[in-house]
Amino acid sequence: MSTTDKTILTRRTLLRGTAAGATLLATPYFFTKGAYAQDFCNMPTGDTVTLGFNVPQTGAYADEGADELRAYQLAVKHLNGEGDGGMMNTMSPSALKGNGILGKKVAYVTGDTQTKSDAARASAKRMIEKDGAIMITGGSSSGVAIAVQGLCDEMGVIFMAGLTHSNDTTGKDKKRYGFRHFFNAYMSGQALGPILAEEFGSDRRAYHLTADYTWGWTQEESIKNATENLGWETVEAVRTPLGAGDFSQYITPVVNSGADVLILNHYGKDMVNSLTQAVQFGLREKQANGKNFEIVVPLFSRLMAQGAGEAIKGILGTTNWNWSLQDEASQAFVKSFGQEYGFPPSQAAHTCYVQTLLYANACETAGTFLPTEVISTLEGFEFDGMGNGPTLYRAEDHQCFKKVLVVRGNENPESQFDLLKVVKEVAREDVTYDPSIFGGELGPNVVKTC
Amino acid sequence: MDAILLQVLNGLDKGGAYALIALGLTLVFGTLGVVNFAHGALFMLGAFCAVALNEALTWEIVTVDPTRTTAWGTPLEVRQPYLEAQFGDFGAFLVDFSVPLAILVAIPFMLLVGVIMERGLVRFFYKRPHAEQILVTFGLAIVLQEIIKSVFGANPIPQGAPDMVAGSADIGAWFGMAGSIIYPWWRIVYFLFSVLIIGIVFAFLNFTTYGMVVRAGMQDRETVGFLGINIQRRFTIVFGIAAVVAGLAGVMYTPILPPDYHLGMDFLVLSFVVVVVGGMGSLSGAVLAGFLLGILQSFASMTEVKAILPGIDQIIIYLVAVIVLLVRPRGLMGRTGIMET
Repeated sequence: MSTTDKTILTRRTLLRGTAAGATLLATPYFFTKGAYAQDFCNMPTGDTVTLGFNVPQTGAYADEGADELRAYQLAVKHLNGEGDGGMMNTMSPSALKGNGILGKKVAYVTGDTQTKSDAARASAKRMIEKDGAIMITGGSSSGVAIAVQGLCDEMGVIFMAGLTHSNDTTGKDKKRYGFRHFFNAYMSGQALGPILAEEFGSDRRAYHLTADYTWGWTQEESIKNATENLGWETVEAVRTPLGAGDFSQYITPVVNSGADVLILNHYGKDMVNSLTQAVQFGLREKQANGKNFEIVVPLFSRLMAQGAGEAIKGILGTTNWNWSLQDEASQAFVKSFGQEYGFPPSQAAHTCYVQTLLYANACETAGTFLPTEVISTLEGFEFDGMGNGPTLYRAEDHQCFKKVLVVRGNENPESQFDLLKVVKEVAREDVTYDPSIFGGELGPNVVKTC
Repeated sequence: MDAILLQVLNGLDKGGAYALIALGLTLVFGTLGVVNFAHGALFMLGAFCAVALNEALTWEIVTVDPTRTTAWGTPLEVRQPYLEAQFGDFGAFLVDFSVPLAILVAIPFMLLVGVIMERGLVRFFYKRPHAEQILVTFGLAIVLQEIIKSVFGANPIPQGAPDMVAGSADIGAWFGMAGSIIYPWWRIVYFLFSVLIIGIVFAFLNFTTYGMVVRAGMQDRETVGFLGINIQRRFTIVFGIAAVVAGLAGVMYTPILPPDYHLGMDFLVLSFVVVVVGGMGSLSGAVLAGFLLGILQSFASMTEVKAILPGIDQIIIYLVAVIVLLVRPRGLMGRTGIMET
């Protein structure tokens, strides 16, 4: 065999071949990437990218909405490289550079949900169709979140939910384009249950007053399951109309019902009113079945707790995050927010800020605004340094799994903001569940045009 | 038995609020013929008189402690309640009694609001159709609540009852059933207060010359005018009195329901139903219907009742209104000729 007959593979030939092959392989993608990139909803073409902040600016949750908006504005500032960077400095892993998102300056538009599903959908639609918002985020109610999430999924715009606690948001009503950082009613039950057993024993009789809408129902179900597993008996579960105002006619039957725990599945103004009135009716001084009568509020909010005043002291509940946490990320966020506005952020502000950063980071990581790529990046994303410890955005239902805080109304507050005291940080593993238990389908991850 | 008694008590204090608001509403309608949809806002304004006085009484002197910092790194503000610091126990007493004391603030304030409202806006709509009156007064209500929201925020602001009536009364013990009927003292106070105010309004209208002229004007405005009496001015004062009644109802309700800017709207529709059931323009009808509907609403919320008629608690008031209007189209104590052409 002569040397001339051999196929000679020199280093130069190998390099040329590799480069040619790579170019050949990349060519279809190079052309098609641009082709389908034109087809997704509100692809940013200029030097800015617009986010849509859909929060309650009027109505009962307007104060919470205002706090959400403050957090969003702070997040935008940080993303654009202004301010001290807040949790952008602690987030890990992070692809954020402080130069906007993918080099485009972040702009925003706002909408008013009014805490009404139809108004929230209308404002989200307006922000998508007229203002060119590439992502919608916000809200202070599960009914609103589910309605807006459905709309965004139809229009192919990612929805990063704000404060929504119903199991349905990432359960039976979950959508491919919807993501929730906030915890849910099931997690509240799992976190709170063992503490309730520890504090009040396993031989208890509970009476539920429940707000009559999606969040209330799932909260009642979750807390009932959790407490009944502890050995508690549910005496009665009464549904109350949303915004009932005076709850006296629902509280008086509790007195002689044989129950020794009242569980208030209420949020916002309903929680303030029902808790205040339950305390006025002397339930906290009452003895029943030879035990001290107890009141539990499974979902707490510091902003709402202010409305209940003295009544909140000593009451157990859960919360997604509290400004008193001492981890580096929480402190960075509190510092940044406090210096900007003069008071600490609420849990609603925290979740909204985190959601904005997570979306921006997913775009940076994916290297594109293409929703399907951003969705794929967010699905299964593991991160830390955002105030809740190591967190997973579970791919199966787009629910974040992280620590849950069990809190108690502070008996001796040191300031007007020091209303909740963290009793326990319940580990992520203890609140994780099988995604199939709440049903629902995410739907396909496909590009849609709006 | 104890459950029934408790619901009667609930109905009485709830009915007290309904009756007070409806009384003012029907007074304005009976005298001026105006359907005032801003009346709920007057109830809310009264509640915020209590909030404003409480905030004034708990005003704090803020000093900065440079040796301590907040969680966000700024120097810590140390707040010291001014009144308690200056006047000791007397200051604490004033703060404790801020809700009853707010009555003294609310009376002149609400009278002024009522008169300004009537002279500045409502009088231009006397001869306009009721639909226009409703639209303009409803618009005014929205303006008032947005002003309150911009000043006090959207969250409810808790107000405490004075310590001596902040707890609960063991009413059961009075009847040898200790521990079975526990009821908040303040709600009992509220019921008694509403009865007192209703009594004062009725006494004013029935036993004073001023009231007699007003009643005469309600019957026949023209003839009273022929007698040389400026009935319009008296009606303006009646509008102010109606505003005071609504305002006082709001002041005293604050320890029961932490007030927010939307408080008036929550009561407005119910109060109109009360007025319609009682009979448009009938003062005694408004009071009777207020208490009746309050008690019925409480009973409808009982678990035993809801087991038979699910959801009845949410429709009972409207159901009763439909039945009353079918049986007695002028309401329980309505007069002929009111809203009839």
